[in-house]
Amino acid sequence: MEQVVAIAGEEHHRGHPALAHHFHDMEQQHESIKLGVWLFLVTEVLLFGGLFCFYAIYRAWNPEMFTQAHQLLDVKLGAINTLVLIFSSVTAALAIRSIQLDRPKQTAMFLVVTLLCAATFLVIKYFEYSHKIHAHILPGELFAYTHLEGVANPHIFFSIYFAMTGLHGLHVVGGMVFLGFVLIRTLQGTYSSEYYIPVEMGGLYWHLVDLIWIYLFPLLYLVG
Amino acid sequence: MHSSPPDQNFLSHPKGLASWLFTLDHKRIGIMYLILICLAFGLGGFFALSIRLELMRSGEQFMDQDTYNKFFTLHGAVMVFLFIIPSIPATLGNFCLPLMLGAKDVAFPRLNLASWYVYVIGAAFTLFSVVTGAVDTGWTFYSPYSTQSSTSVISMTFGVFILGFSSIFTGLNFVVTIHKMRAPGMTWYQMPLFVWGTYATSVIQVLATPVLGITLLLLILEKTLGIGIFNPEMGGDPVLFQHFFWFYSHPAVYIMILPGMAIISELIAVHSHKKIFGYKLIAYSSVAIALLGFLVWGHHMFVSGQSEFSSMVFSFITFFIGIPTGIKIFNWMTTLYKGQICLTTPMLYALAFLILFTIGGLTGIFLGALGLDIHLHDTYFVVAHFHYVMMGGTVIAFLGGIHHWWPKIFGKMYSEFWGRIAFVFIFLGFNMTFFNQFMLGSQGMPRRYHDYSGLYKTDLFERYHGFSSYGAMVLGVGFLIIATYLIASLFNGKAASNNPWGGLTFEWATSSPPPTENFREEPIFKHGPYDYDKVLPENI
Amino acid sequence: MDTHDHHHHALPLSMYIGVGATLFILTGVTVVSAQIDLGSTANLILAMSIATLKASLVALFFMHLLYDSKLYAFIFSVGLFMLTAFIVITMFDTMRRDGIYDHRAVKIQQEAGFYKDIHEAAAAEAAAVEAAGDGEHDAPAPAAH
Repeated sequence: MEQVVAIAGEEHHRGHPALAHHFHDMEQQHESIKLGVWLFLVTEVLLFGGLFCFYAIYRAWNPEMFTQAHQLLDVKLGAINTLVLIFSSVTAALAIRSIQLDRPKQTAMFLVVTLLCAATFLVIKYFEYSHKIHAHILPGELFAYTHLEGVANPHIFFSIYFAMTGLHGLHVVGGMVFLGFVLIRTLQGTYSSEYYIPVEMGGLYWHLVDLIWIYLFPLLYLVG
Repeated sequence: MHSSPPDQNFLSHPKGLASWLFTLDHKRIGIMYLILICLAFGLGGFFALSIRLELMRSGEQFMDQDTYNKFFTLHGAVMVFLFIIPSIPATLGNFCLPLMLGAKDVAFPRLNLASWYVYVIGAAFTLFSVVTGAVDTGWTFYSPYSTQSSTSVISMTFGVFILGFSSIFTGLNFVVTIHKMRAPGMTWYQMPLFVWGTYATSVIQVLATPVLGITLLLLILEKTLGIGIFNPEMGGDPVLFQHFFWFYSHPAVYIMILPGMAIISELIAVHSHKKIFGYKLIAYSSVAIALLGFLVWGHHMFVSGQSEFSSMVFSFITFFIGIPTGIKIFNWMTTLYKGQICLTTPMLYALAFLILFTIGGLTGIFLGALGLDIHLHDTYFVVAHFHYVMMGGTVIAFLGGIHHWWPKIFGKMYSEFWGRIAFVFIFLGFNMTFFNQFMLGSQGMPRRYHDYSGLYKTDLFERYHGFSSYGAMVLGVGFLIIATYLIASLFNGKAASNNPWGGLTFEWATSSPPPTENFREEPIFKHGPYDYDKVLPENI
Repeated sequence: MDTHDHHHHALPLSMYIGVGATLFILTGVTVVSAQIDLGSTANLILAMSIATLKASLVALFFMHLLYDSKLYAFIFSVGLFMLTAFIVITMFDTMRRDGIYDHRAVKIQQEAGFYKDIHEAAAAEAAAVEAAGDGEHDAPAPAAH
């Protein structure tokens, strides 16, 4: 089959140590990984989407119950957490910008701030959860809060609340692990404007976590 | 690019078990998948034969009803989640896709290996449930029964949840590979149709599987914490489970059949040595099936108590699936017209696919009709329909694909004589097993029944069931013959040439079996995948 | 192969700070607007509109969808489209489950004793509940629809 196969010319110059053997150049590798990350983000959207669908259906069935039940959530803490996450999103975006400008120290600094914000978010979430647990405001059969007289099935709201925020919290933890790994590699000097796709992966993922919270906050805390 | 010596190929070098278990080579991962998937098929087939033996006569034969429930659940779960969903993409897809694109590997080789290990873990959880008392819910895990059943539903659903990751990894990997790793000069419309079919499949895997993930997680939470969202006593709704389940599992039907169609496009063009008719329409119809497939899940729920309005909408959209499917069938038949057809074993399977899949597809139209479905729902008519699609479609295409690419994968020719004998067993056995189940179902025999001795028409049912059971044995013999001569070919088969069938796609341009780096010289795209009218036969 | 545009140019710092500040302000707006009672549905629509505006800002600017290859935006949109289709089509069912069409429902209910029994039982139950003086809402269980 000499017709199909022709000699492609000279060997490619093996540019960067981070270039995997099966890619032609850094550009192809960068674009491939980024495409993979976006596909991954789509799977995340649909994973959470199932819960959003539950929310929509049960809210449409029980508007009264949702209005009553959501008042047990602390708007102030939710709003602070929203601001914390948005701030961390800004710093995550700036971390990518810094590495594009070949400033790894700045990148490390922004990553540290992002991680601190993530930790703050989880601490606030911990206080919210522990308050709910003490008051027996729990999902499903475990729900034993007595001061919601005359509201049918309020536990459904809290099943959805805990499922949504719990899954989101797990994603925050996952994001912290990945960003922590990126931080270590940044400090080791692995990344430069030539090769920074892991920083960008972490950033994109973190923005998605933020993006989901942007919807969770009003749905759960504000309009119930 | 460093080339390996001419006598070395990906099978022979490097050696040792560790070199296989830690390989990043898509070809080796494909073979590792092939081994596990064949084992899963054997296990699922064992359960199938046990079910058929139990149903051979009316009255209880050798297993009680609880065992029977567990057996058909295991048959369904193993065949669907462990065999048919990963079958073609993870084995032939893994092996052929980068070769067909002229790439050195898939875009993410580590993710590819990870998907194999995730599959192993998921399979372990799924099968662990067998040890701890098995599951009797059916493979669909419908609530409220699944939330109440005391069998080990959690282990199996968690296993299926993990298997979902394996499926997503494969799909994501393929989408990126197809977008970014094509050989220089190859445009979208110059890709082999196998690649288009795999692309459509991968898109579904990426879009649908996460919803199954969240559904199964919620089912597990419902069973452990009692969160109540599927429990009507607590204000929940069990029918929602069906919506969520079928939002994945209906597109999953297309995860199963689209790769089968993808293989058939290759087999028909190559073995009739003719340019495929309607290339673009076949390519587009794969994508159309993938997208339309997301909008029809409710046709599984016509009798579930969902609103009449949605039943109407779902029934209406369901008919549209027939259009792209019909386009494919007609294009394949037109390709055959005046082609130089060689009745090789792969081609026999391709022709069988055209017959069996058409029967399966058309009976699907019956079932999509709102009124008729009320009568046929949960009868053997449904069983026959989806076996004609899944087995007559996907498994037949898989067998055709295995025979087509076997010389490329292992560098050995199998016995053509025994291949044709086995084909006769498979084709006859399959129709003996399932065709009469259409009659059985339309006469009112419900599916999933352990014993039909109490039903009126028991005598009629016994005749059909008995015949079906004999057919299953013929089918089983067919599979044993295939396993025997394929394995034997590895030891004493003739060495295969690089291009035994005269294919024009890239994988036939490299040696059989290919070297580790796929191509000794980087391939350049010179002619289309089916340009039999332009490329002279002596150059193939 | 796809065209290679050089993608290593960084965007100006002012853009990040500006978008961040807008997101902060919009968070304030959504919290305040939720305190004003416009009716349950209007509040929901307002809050979701603001959230969508915020999410778009994050996706377009922080996630660079505005500047990157349109392929990423397309893929993300397909995901969102599938999610929307899922929610909307599922709600075709859940919102209309008792919507047997009237002209048929009357006929069915006259002819089928099954429905008669159900209606009588429901009426008896409602009477019993009324008698007990309990102002409980309809059980939201769809089984009751």
